[in-house]
Amino acid sequence: MKELEYDVVVIGGGAAGMAAALECRKNGLQTVIVEREEHLGGILLQCIHNGFGLQEFRQELTGPEFAEEFIRQIRDSDISVLLGTTVIDLVSDATGKEVFCYSPEYGLVKFNARAVVLAMGCRERNRGNIRIPGTRPAGVYTAGLAQRLVNIEGYIPGKDVVVVGSGDIGLIMARRMTWVGSKVHAVIEIQPYPSGLTRNIVQCLNDFEIPLYLSHVVSRIEGKERVEKVEVTPLVNGIPDADKAFEIPCDTLLLSVGLIPENELSKKAGIELSPQTGGALVDSTMMTSVPGIFSCGNVLHVHDLVDYVAEEARRTGSYVASYLKGKQPQRQVRIKAGANVKYVNPGMFNPDKPDKLYLRTLIVKNNARLEVKLDNRVVKSVKKNHVQPSEMISVKFSARDVADMQPTSDSVMEVSVQ
Amino acid sequence: MSKTTASKESIREMICISCPIGCHLQLFKDENDSVVVKGNRCPRGKEYGREEYFAPKRIVTATCRTDSEIFPRLAVRTDHALPKEHIDNLLSELYQMEVHLPVKRGKVILEDYAGTGVNLIASITLEGGGNEGQVRSQL
Repeated sequence: MKELEYDVVVIGGGAAGMAAALECRKNGLQTVIVEREEHLGGILLQCIHNGFGLQEFRQELTGPEFAEEFIRQIRDSDISVLLGTTVIDLVSDATGKEVFCYSPEYGLVKFNARAVVLAMGCRERNRGNIRIPGTRPAGVYTAGLAQRLVNIEGYIPGKDVVVVGSGDIGLIMARRMTWVGSKVHAVIEIQPYPSGLTRNIVQCLNDFEIPLYLSHVVSRIEGKERVEKVEVTPLVNGIPDADKAFEIPCDTLLLSVGLIPENELSKKAGIELSPQTGGALVDSTMMTSVPGIFSCGNVLHVHDLVDYVAEEARRTGSYVASYLKGKQPQRQVRIKAGANVKYVNPGMFNPDKPDKLYLRTLIVKNNARLEVKLDNRVVKSVKKNHVQPSEMISVKFSARDVADMQPTSDSVMEVSVQ
Repeated sequence: MSKTTASKESIREMICISCPIGCHLQLFKDENDSVVVKGNRCPRGKEYGREEYFAPKRIVTATCRTDSEIFPRLAVRTDHALPKEHIDNLLSELYQMEVHLPVKRGKVILEDYAGTGVNLIASITLEGGGNEGQVRSQL
């Protein structure tokens, strides 16, 4: 077994892993990226549509273009990269971290590291997760898998398509399937509002007159060898109204019903996870419950823009550097999700180093107000033109915001949206 | 505030896609028969509304075939938004093509498509033999 020493091992070579690794290297740390696929870039490589990079590069790029900007920087650095390599175990003890992986080139490799960054991303929720009744024919794909088949492998998964869920990947795939000559008959969304961005409803559905059924569910999949049709049932006050059910003939069902942070490895290392996000619980420095192991990007919580992922990962990289220099926050305040807030990330706030928080609301509202309270006293209040659950909100604290904060050891910071 | 808009019915309603807010735009004709956009919260909405009314355009992203077994598809996009009426023809034309690798990102695949001034360009760097365009495993 090959054994190697590094300051930092970054697990995952997508946007989060690359941005975190670059920042670690910039801070003088010996850094290695371990990537399961044969290429850096992660899911960006199959997201050939535009809309990436408006914040990071101030121009609208496609996924592969966004990835290449980072890949070029990695190549120009002396960051080590191990491709086609799967991490199989992560062990942390008082002396350091051990990352065991399997590489086709080097066989079993063990890294001894002082810190680890988890940047493994997400996997898609599938049919089993949403329990659609019916037969089990071929032709049921997750939207991301279909995206890979079309954009990377060059296969068209089907001709007559129904999309379940109005998440952005589902909407983008509705347009993509139309543009490769398939017919998309409908998008079915269980919620009374779309879960993707409005601009994607317009340019991916309305442009092609694809109907969007809100408050509807696919209640049955039918077909022997291949999907033949689906039954769709409207919800009335959240209850399926079977009398109004109707059928849509189709040969393909694409599921865009959410993402699950891929934290199997984190669990092995004994890291505490959040039931709200499915990601690790992190403190104000993006450090998990296991000291020296950090988490960022979609494995921490699902982001809607890769630009946010890159920003968060870079911040994580600089916190790794601070940690390895022995600089740890003197005081941290626990953050609580208040009224109409699903979760806030990270879960701790350092009043001595005001930083950025990301959160998701539970409501759709125009002219909303985001309020941050420290022990019931308002410390920040921001107007938001429009909030909805599918659009992540960020709130940035300045030195002035925290100037007169006097938290005690059991202070709580509460974030709410009204 | 301009008072050019008569209180007539709107000629078209649309949702602005310039940013994630998604303003609901209403378009009116004023007494000079020119189009006035309302409901926008920023100047980009005004521009989007007029453009969408007179000559809607979209960035097109797709893939075309390559001569490589490792990378069978090349991601491509238009370098500017293409007038909507050209999209279907552009797609059928590029699905007939086969691009020889290696290709560098930004390479023009189709120049000045149908006289629109819009080019179709490669949106990824693909090398013929493997992942040289990427990063080789290195320890």
